[in-house]
Amino acid sequence: MSQEFRIASGGLIDRSKEISFIFNGKKYNGYKGDTLASALLANGVHLIGRSFKYHRPRGIIAAGVEDANGKVQLYKDNITEPNVNVTEVELVEGLRIESQNCWPSVNFDVGGINNFLNRFFPAGFYYKTFMWPKSFWYHVYEPFIRKAAGMGKASLDPDPDRYEHQYEHCDILVVGSGPSGIASALSAAKNGARVILAEDKARFGGSLLTDNVTIGNKNGDEWVEDSISELKSMPNVIIKKRSQVFGYYDHNMLVMFERCKDHLNNPEPYTPRQRLWYIRAKQVLISTGSIERPLIFANNDRPGIMLASSAREYLKVYGVLPGKKPIIFTNNDTAYETAIEFKAHGIDTVILDTRKSSDAGVVIEAKNIGIEIKFNHGIANTAGYKKVKSATIGELTESKDGYKNLTTIPCDSIFVSGNWTPTVHLASQSGNKLKYESETDTFLPDQSRQKETVIGSANGSFTLKESLADGFNKGYQLSDEITKNGREISVPISDEKDFGSHDKFWCMPVADNKHYKRFVDFQNDVAVSDIQLAVREGFRSIEHVKRYTTLGMATDQGKTSNLNGLQLVSDLEKKIVPEVGHTTFRPPYTSVTIGTIIGREVGKNYRATRKSPIHEWHEKNNAVFVDAGLWLRPRYYKRGNETLQEAAKREALNVRQNVGICDVTSLGKIDIKGKDSAEFLNRVYTNAFLKLPVGKARYGVMLREDGMVFDDGTTTRIAENHFHMTTTTAQAANVLSHLEYYLQVVWPELDVNVVSTTEQWAGAAIAGPKSRELLQRLFPEEDMSNEGFPFMGFKELKFKNTVARVFRISFSGELAFEMNVMSDYGEEMWNEIISQGEDFGIQPYGTEALSTLRIEMGHVAGSEIDGRTIAYDLSLEGMLSQKKDFIGKRSLNRKAFTENNREKIVGVVPIDKKTSIPEGSYLVENAKASFPNPKLGHVSASCWSVEYDNPFSLAIIKDGKNKKGEKLFAVSPLKNKIIPVEIVSQHYVDPEGKRVRS
Amino acid sequence: MLEIKCPYCGNRSQNEFAYGGDATVKRPELNTEVSDQDWDNFVYYRKNPRGNHLELWHHISGCRQWFKVLRNTATHDIIQTMEMKENP
Ligand SMILES: [Zn+2]
Repeated sequence: MSQEFRIASGGLIDRSKEISFIFNGKKYNGYKGDTLASALLANGVHLIGRSFKYHRPRGIIAAGVEDANGKVQLYKDNITEPNVNVTEVELVEGLRIESQNCWPSVNFDVGGINNFLNRFFPAGFYYKTFMWPKSFWYHVYEPFIRKAAGMGKASLDPDPDRYEHQYEHCDILVVGSGPSGIASALSAAKNGARVILAEDKARFGGSLLTDNVTIGNKNGDEWVEDSISELKSMPNVIIKKRSQVFGYYDHNMLVMFERCKDHLNNPEPYTPRQRLWYIRAKQVLISTGSIERPLIFANNDRPGIMLASSAREYLKVYGVLPGKKPIIFTNNDTAYETAIEFKAHGIDTVILDTRKSSDAGVVIEAKNIGIEIKFNHGIANTAGYKKVKSATIGELTESKDGYKNLTTIPCDSIFVSGNWTPTVHLASQSGNKLKYESETDTFLPDQSRQKETVIGSANGSFTLKESLADGFNKGYQLSDEITKNGREISVPISDEKDFGSHDKFWCMPVADNKHYKRFVDFQNDVAVSDIQLAVREGFRSIEHVKRYTTLGMATDQGKTSNLNGLQLVSDLEKKIVPEVGHTTFRPPYTSVTIGTIIGREVGKNYRATRKSPIHEWHEKNNAVFVDAGLWLRPRYYKRGNETLQEAAKREALNVRQNVGICDVTSLGKIDIKGKDSAEFLNRVYTNAFLKLPVGKARYGVMLREDGMVFDDGTTTRIAENHFHMTTTTAQAANVLSHLEYYLQVVWPELDVNVVSTTEQWAGAAIAGPKSRELLQRLFPEEDMSNEGFPFMGFKELKFKNTVARVFRISFSGELAFEMNVMSDYGEEMWNEIISQGEDFGIQPYGTEALSTLRIEMGHVAGSEIDGRTIAYDLSLEGMLSQKKDFIGKRSLNRKAFTENNREKIVGVVPIDKKTSIPEGSYLVENAKASFPNPKLGHVSASCWSVEYDNPFSLAIIKDGKNKKGEKLFAVSPLKNKIIPVEIVSQHYVDPEGKRVRS
Repeated sequence: MLEIKCPYCGNRSQNEFAYGGDATVKRPELNTEVSDQDWDNFVYYRKNPRGNHLELWHHISGCRQWFKVLRNTATHDIIQTMEMKENP
């Protein structure tokens, strides 16, 4: 299909590479180097979608990130993305786009009726219209809004792309590659600074790509090309296009996303789609330029109406005429350059200028080449439903509140210019309090908060000469503070067109008292009347006006509308703009794909995975794994068609009857050395550690300062001043930080060092009545009798070519040992134990069996030590030394901790001895009581007791001390269960603890 | 993201550190009488000043040292960092 609006030659596109794409089911062609927007315009397509509230036809109004209307649903291969801006997507093969916010189609949109009912959609309509009747909300309003309005649709599939993160440091980050940006990057880089230059578009140069200027003896675009290749050749420069710096955070941390893949026709495998850069810069030069403001007039939102500078960009960069019969409507001189450029391509324009005259050089030039100029004119209205086809224009009255005469002239486009808004977002995010400059009606950066310096038109320097001088000078000054090289380069001579000042008049009157909409915010459909209404209804703060009218709250964040809105509010309130103030600029400057923010931390890379050195053996032996913090631990070893419960029961029973082996590598291990180690442990643990003999282990409980139990574990005295501490898997890292805090902050006088050795040791628990025989088989020379190796004993033994640490400790409640070897020997140890254990019927057991064993023994674990329980609650009060002080002791006499009916741990058995009690169930006295049914406590852990072959649970309940023998109900509203239960001792099996000592 | 100068490792990004609260809080001595009020103040009560605040940070993904940071809570400016034994 022909590209009817593409000029014969010119532009920066590659005409040798034609690329086709599909828009709303129809095929179009463009060229490599096009954006979707320029390719659509080349085919004469202006109507892109429907507006949010009134479903009015809308077209492209700009050529960059400021565009408010060009949002589409994008499809490529199997992926789809909503709210994509056609001005930002580069054309590649295989793109399909569809209009959003219209149903059933962009050309016939049911919601368009809102446009005719617009009296029902005033400012704040969300808050007013859908309030009543209440019953309408679910069945009428919400489904209607969801279907007829709403933006694009997010994909429900996982994002197939790869995103990466990168950290970078530099001396000077330059944001934006217009004249001041390139100038400052050049002068800083030549002075030896490490520079990053970032440009959000696909081409460097900014305004130099569209303005007719010379720098030195070169045209602007040639100067860009030469400067960029010079910068590229310098080793101290990183230069990135397609890279949007979107956030300025504390301590000069800026965040940027780089588009790496979407513009490539045949990307290499593993090319990341986008890369997120965290840049810590010593100095930041913000040369982000400025954005043209629209003029406001009746029906100013029709497709074909766009910013004058954008029209020129489409022509010069893409060789596209956004219109062949344009009207140019301006209140300043810059739009004249667009008229001159169009004239050079044989397109005659009519310029309507709100000013009475202008003697700027560019205006005289336009006059001299025969362009028709109508001063003191405004547009009173436009016509054309899916594309503008005419404008009603008139000479403005003296007070500019009406028109002297009106005529209608045909057109196919209107290019508007309401002066320029400096892009100060990054400076504002940095903390720069902006100041209002009334000559240009703009907010400009004031005092820097961090190390940011704003240059060029972003700082209100609207001439090339100023921008270049600013760029070269600031680039040198800031770099020299860092490099002290003193290498300054001179500012080249430049030549540009002459521009004068703008008209402060920008909001056209509506003729003949008609209620035509004059739009301020195109994407959110906020018209002048909405803002007037908000002010009439008493909204004064600009932040409130913004939220009530939704001005500037769409995905474009009001880049073209905020300042016009502000001016309108200040005019209505007869205030000046600085009194009204501006709304807060918040990151991100443009929308950022969630995938980019997440980077590589998705799926299995969401967090690190820790595996024990015995992991492969577990895998080979059908282990089913469970997450335990970062660790993967075998939950059970599946045999045949066994269920989890069946396997856990088999494994636990084998421990009770024969011998089992469990991988306990993930338990936290901390090595403690120094002459004050025993004193330190005596303060950390609630029980005494000073007199623990060498070669003995002791169970210990530690508290937080608020008295809650923090963690438990065994600690062994390896030598006089050397201890080996174990912690629970979950709390290992927190316990280490806790110990370091007390050693470094609270008691620095103690001579103690702590270091995590969790990864240094592989651990195996060998538990069951036959464990001693197995140990004897493993260490035939050693006395393993109850006397030779008593409960809580410790031995360091030679094992093959290494040393094994063997502890006689037990979590299962059976006669048990724990054996540690250095991690590299872990698998060897495991294999040896398994092969020697065969004669004793050894079986590996996982965490599920481990839980069963500890629950029926009444040993507490993480589900009881949950940060809300004190030692008494867990029946660990016997562990609290009366003779010494320790961390958290002073909190224990708090009133709530000493009450008589304090919670306490108990055992729970279902009366029918059959029904398992869901963990988390409440215990209540009366199952049928009305809500809120007084809750006595909750079930913390449940198992199938292998000793008694019936369900057994642990619970922490009010006055648990006196509840034994009582009949209660376990209630689980989640599982919809009410189970009659009896309260028993927490120690269901071997309450005297004979087995561990046998 | 703040940039914090660990006294042992130099400038590092905030994501290497853990915050430890008010550095001026002193734990009551062991084995001494402590009033309920003093103990409550130590365990629970913290000032939340707007402005300079001497606080503890732990270089948890680095050298694992606790140290002091004098930070302005309103501007996030870090005025000074120092070892535990030092004072601003
Ligand atoms: Zn450090």
